[in-house]
Amino acid sequence: MNVIQVLFWILSAMALVSALMVLLSKNPVHSVLWLVAVFFAISGHYILLNAQFIAIVNLIVYAGAIMVLFLFVIMLMNLNKDTEPQKNIWMKLAGAISAGCLLMILVSLIKQAPELQAKTAMMNEGGIGLIANLGKALFNTYVVPFEISSILFLSAMVGAVVIGKKD
Amino acid sequence: MSQLVYLVPLLPLAGFLINGLLRKSLSKQAVSIIGCGVILIAFLISLGLFFQVKANGPIIQTYFNFIDIKGLNIPFSFQVDALSVLFMLIITGVGFLIHVYSTSYMHEESTPHFARYFSFLNLFVFSMLLLVMGGNYLILFLGWEGVGLCSYLLIGYWFKNTDYNYAAKKAFIMNRIGDVGFLLGIFWLVAKLGTLTYGNVFAAAGNLSAVDVTGITILLFIGATGKSAQIPLYTWLPDAMAGPTPVSALIHAATMVTAGVYMIARSNILYSMSAVTENVIAIIGIATVLLAATIAIKQNDIKKVLAYSTVSQLGYMFLGLGVGAYNGAVFHVMTHAFFKALLFLGAGSVIHAMGNEQDIRKMGGLRKYMPVTHITFLLGCLAISGIPPFSGFFSKDEILAAAYAKNPVLWVLGVAGAALTAFYMFRLYATTFLGSFRGTHDQEHHLHESPGAITLPLIALAILSLIGGWIGIPAVMIPDANAFHHFLQPVITTEAIAEMPHATEWLLMAVSVAVAVIAILIALGKFTKRPELNEPQGLGGFLAHKWYIDELYDAVIVNPLNALAGFFKNIIEKSGIDGIVNGVGRFILYSSRQVRLVQSGQVGSYILFMVLAIIVLVLIWINDGYIYTYLSKIF
Amino acid sequence: MPIQYYIYLSLALFCIGIAGVLTRRNAIIIFMSVELMLNAVNLLLVAFSKMHHAVATAVDKVNNVGTDGQIFVFFVMVVAAAEVSVGLAIIVMMYRNAHSVDVNFLNRLKN
Repeated sequence: MNVIQVLFWILSAMALVSALMVLLSKNPVHSVLWLVAVFFAISGHYILLNAQFIAIVNLIVYAGAIMVLFLFVIMLMNLNKDTEPQKNIWMKLAGAISAGCLLMILVSLIKQAPELQAKTAMMNEGGIGLIANLGKALFNTYVVPFEISSILFLSAMVGAVVIGKKD
Repeated sequence: MSQLVYLVPLLPLAGFLINGLLRKSLSKQAVSIIGCGVILIAFLISLGLFFQVKANGPIIQTYFNFIDIKGLNIPFSFQVDALSVLFMLIITGVGFLIHVYSTSYMHEESTPHFARYFSFLNLFVFSMLLLVMGGNYLILFLGWEGVGLCSYLLIGYWFKNTDYNYAAKKAFIMNRIGDVGFLLGIFWLVAKLGTLTYGNVFAAAGNLSAVDVTGITILLFIGATGKSAQIPLYTWLPDAMAGPTPVSALIHAATMVTAGVYMIARSNILYSMSAVTENVIAIIGIATVLLAATIAIKQNDIKKVLAYSTVSQLGYMFLGLGVGAYNGAVFHVMTHAFFKALLFLGAGSVIHAMGNEQDIRKMGGLRKYMPVTHITFLLGCLAISGIPPFSGFFSKDEILAAAYAKNPVLWVLGVAGAALTAFYMFRLYATTFLGSFRGTHDQEHHLHESPGAITLPLIALAILSLIGGWIGIPAVMIPDANAFHHFLQPVITTEAIAEMPHATEWLLMAVSVAVAVIAILIALGKFTKRPELNEPQGLGGFLAHKWYIDELYDAVIVNPLNALAGFFKNIIEKSGIDGIVNGVGRFILYSSRQVRLVQSGQVGSYILFMVLAIIVLVLIWINDGYIYTYLSKIF
Repeated sequence: MPIQYYIYLSLALFCIGIAGVLTRRNAIIIFMSVELMLNAVNLLLVAFSKMHHAVATAVDKVNNVGTDGQIFVFFVMVVAAAEVSVGLAIIVMMYRNAHSVDVNFLNRLKN
């Protein structure tokens, strides 16, 4: 077991535990914070895989912007543990069990897939995660979606403003 | 003339259709002319056929193949030979007289119902002709069923009275019970011989084993007991008096009830092969004679007396068949048709004059008011009592002589029956026509002789009752004068009556006549001046209540069957089958209401179902054993 | 690392996200679970891109196979950002009207 593998397992554990805590927290603010922890773990995974650009963008966009937005909205509505609506215990149980079943089935499918038997993900090396290579691919092959995504942002902004107007 | 054979049954059928379908548009005269006319033409054609058959022998006409499959070929054929042409003459001749009588008797009915009556009557004549003219047992059975149906239709003619409907149902159902036996007999014949045509059956009869013959004949006889009102299936005939009197005359005196006799006479070859069956028939015949006669002496309804008399006389016919006197039985059919139709029509005339009163205790002294009816009724009574030279004497005597030859006990019982017959008939005659009138004043004013359409058939039948016996004069009186025997020789081939010394025959005749005369005198003496007005008690009550046989049948057969039917209706039909059918409907409603609740509008539950569906679909589509082994490894 | 481990990890995160959607009634938490699901998918995409790169590099030394996965992740993040902004605007509207973020209030589909 070298350092990379140990790191992999630690980060995986952190991600899973944090995700569970997202579900199980009563206080929504705590849920947000646990989610931020998940994002950090995932970014750690990205760095292990040498996808540096994605790692940084994940941190900046997701943990930095989106989660902050969530926190704003939660603070705005003044949600805390007391006002949290609770679902019927049977529904919660049903939801958990069905998700668990789905997990088991999909895992079983993967386990016996012959195509995946020998493949590995290259860690800690490989140049495709570097910004230069990614940028070359983005601006050469995928430039049209890149431009369209800017229009997407524009429409999202307009939409958000329109929806939020007090009329 | 043999080309016109098919017209004989076809004309009454046409009469039935025309009168039936056009009953709302025709007038009463038109209906009468059509109804009576077709029978008259059929009678004339039958007369022509009679002479042809007498000269040339039987006529067999085949029209088409009725059933034609491998192993079974039944043609639709008519066999007009001596036996059937005799019956045809009786049916159409007496039938014509009764049709004419009916035009006056039923004239109070409204026109559509009048037409309905005549159409049913024509349908009956058609069915009866089919029965006697058929060339094989299947056509016979078709006619058999047809007359049963017409009997039901005509007994229940006044359908607004539920008692009459009950009587009609009773007749039909008891007929059907007998018909089961008849059908089984036919099936047995087909199974053993593969044919039903008379000629083929009788030619191949030697191939049947003794068990076969006995079985077939007993089963056919069961059918005859139902149709011809023998023990145990006779109780429908007295109740059948609910129908109009001409119907009783035609169907339940002259023709339908003789269908059984015809069938057995036709099959005489088969019956003479089975001594067991012949004994059974004789015993049932004589038992029926005595049972019906004892009941008749205590009845007070004029038609009921005649009904029981019919049952009793039918017993004589079957007695004749049972002792091997087939000729005598058929002879008695003919004479009985004459005098019984006469008696019934006379009774109808009396009922009409009395304003539909049928209780003889309220009649009396009618001879002053209705002379023609009186005289003809008297002639009929003399004929039925077996007084020479009337027709009844010759036919009854032939049967009694044959009975004596077989077994003297039968003869003694037969003579006892004859005595009872004379007794109750003259009791009826005396109570009705002699003495003084016992009815109400209104009825007395209404009394009058019936119109010509009624009295003319009475006169005709009276003449026939007088002279009709002279074609069957036994050999002991005038040698070789029995034209009847000669005529039926080709058909009834197995007449095997032992020859008796002439002295014995004269003695037998004298004894039966003497007994009858004594019974008549006793009856006249007893009933002329002092009619029985009180309710009968003790033995008389037992007889008056018909030996309680109807009640016995009700308790043992009818009520348990009704209970069973009620059980099936209420428990199995209502709760069971209806329950299942309704239950399916209610279940669908219930489950649909439950399923509707799934549409809760809650998006959360929708997502849950989505996930569950994905799980299920994955399991179904990617269905290799790996998922299950993996899952089982976990658990 | 064999690719299966990444797949298992990603599946686990995804199913936890589904459980979150099914279990919670607070609209914002549900939204967050959706984001969790998206991230699980992103992780898997990047892992696959490295897998393809590894396979291709074993064959041919210098190449740039496998960038597609990471470009895809890039765009997923773009879309997620836009979606979050619009979604949160809707939730704020809902809160303004109903004064609660309970998802069960959204049962207008019932009738």
